[in-house]
Formats: sequence, C-alpha cells, structure tokens
Amino acid sequence: MLRFILPVGLFAGLVVFFLVGLGRDPGYVPSPLIGKPLPQFTLPRLDDPSRTLAHAELLGQVSVLNVWATWCVGCRQEHEALMQIAATAEVPIYGLNWKDDPEMARRWLVQLGDPYVATAMDLDGRVAIDWGVYGAPETFLIGADGTVLYKHIAPITLEIWREEFLPRIRQARSGRS
Amino acid sequence: MSALRMVLLLALCWQWPALALDIDEALEDPAQQAVYERLLKEVRCLVCQNQPIGDSNAPLAADLRREIRNRLEQGDSETDVKQFLLARYGDFVLYRPRFTAQTALLWLAPALLLLLGGVSLWRVIQRRASLPIPSEEDDLRRLQRESGG
Repeated sequence: MLRFILPVGLFAGLVVFFLVGLGRDPGYVPSPLIGKPLPQFTLPRLDDPSRTLAHAELLGQVSVLNVWATWCVGCRQEHEALMQIAATAEVPIYGLNWKDDPEMARRWLVQLGDPYVATAMDLDGRVAIDWGVYGAPETFLIGADGTVLYKHIAPITLEIWREEFLPRIRQARSGRS
Repeated sequence: MSALRMVLLLALCWQWPALALDIDEALEDPAQQAVYERLLKEVRCLVCQNQPIGDSNAPLAADLRREIRNRLEQGDSETDVKQFLLARYGDFVLYRPRFTAQTALLWLAPALLLLLGGVSLWRVIQRRASLPIPSEEDDLRRLQRESGG
C-alpha cells in the first residue's frame, strides 16, 4: 500500500508546488525597507527647482510616495487612478520623478493633471537607489512616524488601492491613537 | 595533425563576451579595481534580472555601477558595498545570497535532494541484495514457461 501512496503523494506535492509557483511573479523583489524608517533625501522640487522637498515633509501623517517618470509606460497607465485617489484626499501623495527630463515631466502634469502634493526630482537616480527602486511605477505607503509600511510595484489601480492600501492606512491610524 | 589544426581553428573562433559597458578608466588601486570587477559579476541587475550589472545596459545597472565605484573610491570595502545593496534591494541583488532563514531552503535543497536520492538508492540496493539469487533450474523453468506457453 505504501508503495502506492508514496509516489502518488510525492507527485501530488510536486503538482501543488508547481501550481503555486505558476501563480507567482518571478520578477517581484520584496523590499527590505518594509518596517524600516524611510530613506532620507533632500531634492529640488519639480515645480520650482529653487525649493526642495525633503523626507521630513512626509512625516506627521500617513502619506504615499509614488515613483514615476514620463518614459515609463506603466506610469501613464496608472495616472488616472492616481488622480482619482488624490481626489479622495485620503492621504497626501508625493511624487518622486525618477531620471526624467524636468520639462517633459512638468508638461505631463499639466496635460494629465497633477495628483501630487509635491514632486521631487531625482535627476541622477541616486535617491531612487536608497529607496530600492528598480522599476517604475512604484508606490510606497509611509506611516506618520516615517516607517515604510508597504510597497506596490507596477501600476496602481483603484482595486489595489482599496484592497492593499486603505486597510493599511486605517490600521496605521488606529494604531497611533 | 588535422585534429590539432581543427582545435587551433576552433580556439581562434572562441571569443570572450566583451565586458566593455563600463568605459570609465580603472580605479587607481588595483586591489579596488579587482573588487569592483568582482562586484560587477556578483550584483544582479534588478531590471533585467538574469544579467549581472556588469553585463547589462539598463540605466539602473549604470547607476549601480557608478554608485559602487563611488563607494569603493571613498574607501568602502567589498562587504560594505554588499551591505549597502542588501539594505536597499534585499538578498535577490546578489547572485549568491546570504545564508538566512529565507534562503536556507535554496542553499540546502541540493544536499537534501542528494541525501534523499542516496537513501532511496541504498534501500533499493539493500532490498535487491536480500532477495534470493535465482538458481539455474529456476531460470530454465522460467524460459520453458515463457517459450512453451
């Protein structure tokens, strides 16, 4: 009997293993930043390069940092969703414009709308390395105390916002009070 | 003689893939340059995930090469640079990840599978060895049964 059950059991185990593997994205890299304090930066602002945007401005309330660029197709895809999320005014959304042409980035925000409270320009990509960015668009959820709570890689949708971000935002807020 | 000529001809055709992406001049300290070249092969490009950064022309790979160069020039050791990358991109950034609880299965799986295979093989051999060796009469009888039946 065991002669029969053992191979069939092993085979079933392999089937489950491969089925789970099929559903996973091999390109997904989990961020080691989750649960750690947000990486520090001070960068010129896109709308006015004589002023700066620093990580300290994200503190004090739950906020979102969205990494985007005009050369990034996924960013174009998610822009409408970002506009709608910004309209709900649930949390402030900050932009990190990654290795982009500032002129084109400014035009993009004029043409498509600006969902960001403020956008920082990371012209040489140095700050993006500190944030572990490897493929825009990436969206970070930051706690009021500056802890990185969550990271979403790939275009954001309203569904992802509802299911992944909103519960974490509520949890972060209830945990604080 | 012709075999030797063939080998020589093949040797001529053999070209190493050019590692010419980084056109910067070598670091001043040859030891540092060696570390730099080692890291180029060791650090994974996260955009094109099956290429090391020394092999990739993705913009992020260029940024990481520049960052590593700067860090080495400022006196960072190989370990410092690896720690810097691990803190930002996680274990996946190194082709040979650290041994941690998360990567333990990855490291141990080959040995475990070999052990499992070895144990099964040993058990099969043991069982076979304990079977009675068929005598000549048995063989004859079986042959008669198979051909006569």
